[in-house]
Amino acid sequence: MKILVPIKRVVDYNVKVRPKSDETGVDLNNVKMAMNPFCEIAVEEAVRLKEAGKAEEIIAVTIGASSSQEQLRTALALGADRAILVETEVEAEPLGISKLLKSIVDKESPDLIILGKQAIDGDNNQTGQMLGALTGFSQATFASEVNLEGDSLSVTREIDGGLQTLDINLPAIVTTDLRLNEPRYASLPNIMKAKSKPLDIIPAVDLGVDISPRLETIKVTLPAEREAGVIVETVDELIDKLKNEAKVIS
Amino acid sequence: MTALVVAEHNNQELKPVTLNTVTAALGLDQDVHILIAGNACSAVAEEAAKVSGAAKVLLVESGAYENFLAENIATLVSNISGDYDFILAPTTTNGKNVMPRVAALQDVSQISDISAIESSDTFQRPIYAGNCIATVKSSDSKKIITVRNTAFDAADATGGSAEIITLEEINDAGISKFVKEEIAESDRPELTAADVIISGGRGMQNGDNFSILEGIADKLGAAIGASRAAVDSGFVPNDYQVGQTGKIVAPDLYIAVGISGAIQHLAGMKDSKVIVAINKDEDAPIFQVADYGLVADLFEAMPELESKI
Ligand SMILES: Cc1cc2nc3c(=O)[nH]c(=O)nc-3n(C[C@H](O)[C@H](O)[C@H](O)COP(=O)(O)OP(=O)(O)OC[C@H]3O[C@@H](n4cnc5c(N)ncnc54)[C@H](O)[C@@H]3O)c2cc1C
Repeated sequence: MKILVPIKRVVDYNVKVRPKSDETGVDLNNVKMAMNPFCEIAVEEAVRLKEAGKAEEIIAVTIGASSSQEQLRTALALGADRAILVETEVEAEPLGISKLLKSIVDKESPDLIILGKQAIDGDNNQTGQMLGALTGFSQATFASEVNLEGDSLSVTREIDGGLQTLDINLPAIVTTDLRLNEPRYASLPNIMKAKSKPLDIIPAVDLGVDISPRLETIKVTLPAEREAGVIVETVDELIDKLKNEAKVIS
Repeated sequence: MTALVVAEHNNQELKPVTLNTVTAALGLDQDVHILIAGNACSAVAEEAAKVSGAAKVLLVESGAYENFLAENIATLVSNISGDYDFILAPTTTNGKNVMPRVAALQDVSQISDISAIESSDTFQRPIYAGNCIATVKSSDSKKIITVRNTAFDAADATGGSAEIITLEEINDAGISKFVKEEIAESDRPELTAADVIISGGRGMQNGDNFSILEGIADKLGAAIGASRAAVDSGFVPNDYQVGQTGKIVAPDLYIAVGISGAIQHLAGMKDSKVIVAINKDEDAPIFQVADYGLVADLFEAMPELESKI
């Protein structure tokens, strides 16, 4: 069993980003970058499958600029065996990303692909499903439980009304939800070891895939601000405001 | 030009979010068709035919579509997409599961979770947990879109008289199998359709304490929601989660109880009309978005609130 884990470098989840003053994009100057939290969960799940003797090899892959090597090293420190950077300065859209990932899938023939359900920058929630379409693989999105027994993969998914369980054929694509696992922290010895694990760099252009954007960002702005509210002193005052000022209860 | 709305339903009834997506579709095109793919779901098609603004309803029934497996539904939608310039679905877990698969089959860049339509190719959508709004212009000839239901009014559920057309387009990829579903049964309104929501966070301390909120919810006809911390701690099921990665809600009244107000939570509720926060920490960020804040111990304030409303 070979597992491919596509990951993404994003702004750290604690950072509250703002638009650039000319509104051409998001201001990412000097903000802390990290691995997308859902990707950490994906790496963790792959590592647990390996630790349980159910997988032999974990390959972490990312599409991005040279700086993304940092997140690949993190994945290696968490337990991935080797890593691939598909290097491009183009800010590819999920469609382009999944096309590049399809090339990597063709080269590596993984049995299972685990990736985050969404990246917390674009909040698109597309890449896993798109890769499913391009590879023809089965998909189980928003996973909160993954059970792999031999060739049979059972996945519990978080859906709007509750939980759904699917049995899907391998090769398969699983996208992670928050409650799939709690990712570990990389230990210092593992961070050291990760430095010598293989990390291949493939220029995206070498894969011969058209990743030119289809969406043009016209502008990025702040959402409508809420007006500041008031602090009420008592429950009675709260009820009075809700009844007589906001008129939302009767 | 025609727009296709992929309806959200459970084979028995049309989910209200479909109506918001119909409104978005009507904002793009006057000729709106609704696809009802499922099994033994003709009653849903009849419901959809009454939706104001629907010109046609496409009904396709098969065991292959009963559980909305992404592989099968995406192939169906892709195969019938030729006639459509716009294909829309609500940003529900089904919409999110299926539509990107359709988009890739059609070699189209999906526009996720739109919150406004500027023109037939230009849309607004929240990014970075709603901290920014991006205006994007699509150069694809077909637009594949998921719709943030809180940003569009619901179309009238009645008044239409669309023709129902039955399709025989059956696809069963045979690579995934539905095993079971655990759907929480509740007499309360659905979170995404509720006028009033009362949500509890880590401050609730345990699942039993959510009964403190239930009494108030009963009196207000409210749905109950939660923060991620409350769900992760096992106080309430996953489908209660409001936020960037849970449900996006915008009720008339949102009451946040024992919730600190992390950006990921605010992302899911800050478009509510009136926000009330009850928290014992006066510095909690939730107070920055609250219209009415009460700095209090929830275990004292909530029983008092229940007894007085
Ligand atoms: C990738 C990612 C996605 C996420 N998605 C979501 C999401 O969709 N939704 C979401 O909610 N979170 C999400 N989070 C988590 C988010 O960052 C916060 O951790 C979470 O919202 C905190 O929940 P909380 O406010 O209940 O808990 P806390 O932050 O622990 O706050 C508890 C609050 O309760 C108050 N309190 C305690 N006791 C009392 C009392 N007796 N009376 C009154 N007040 C009391 C405290 O003062 C405190 O403010 C996400 C995080 C990540 C990394």
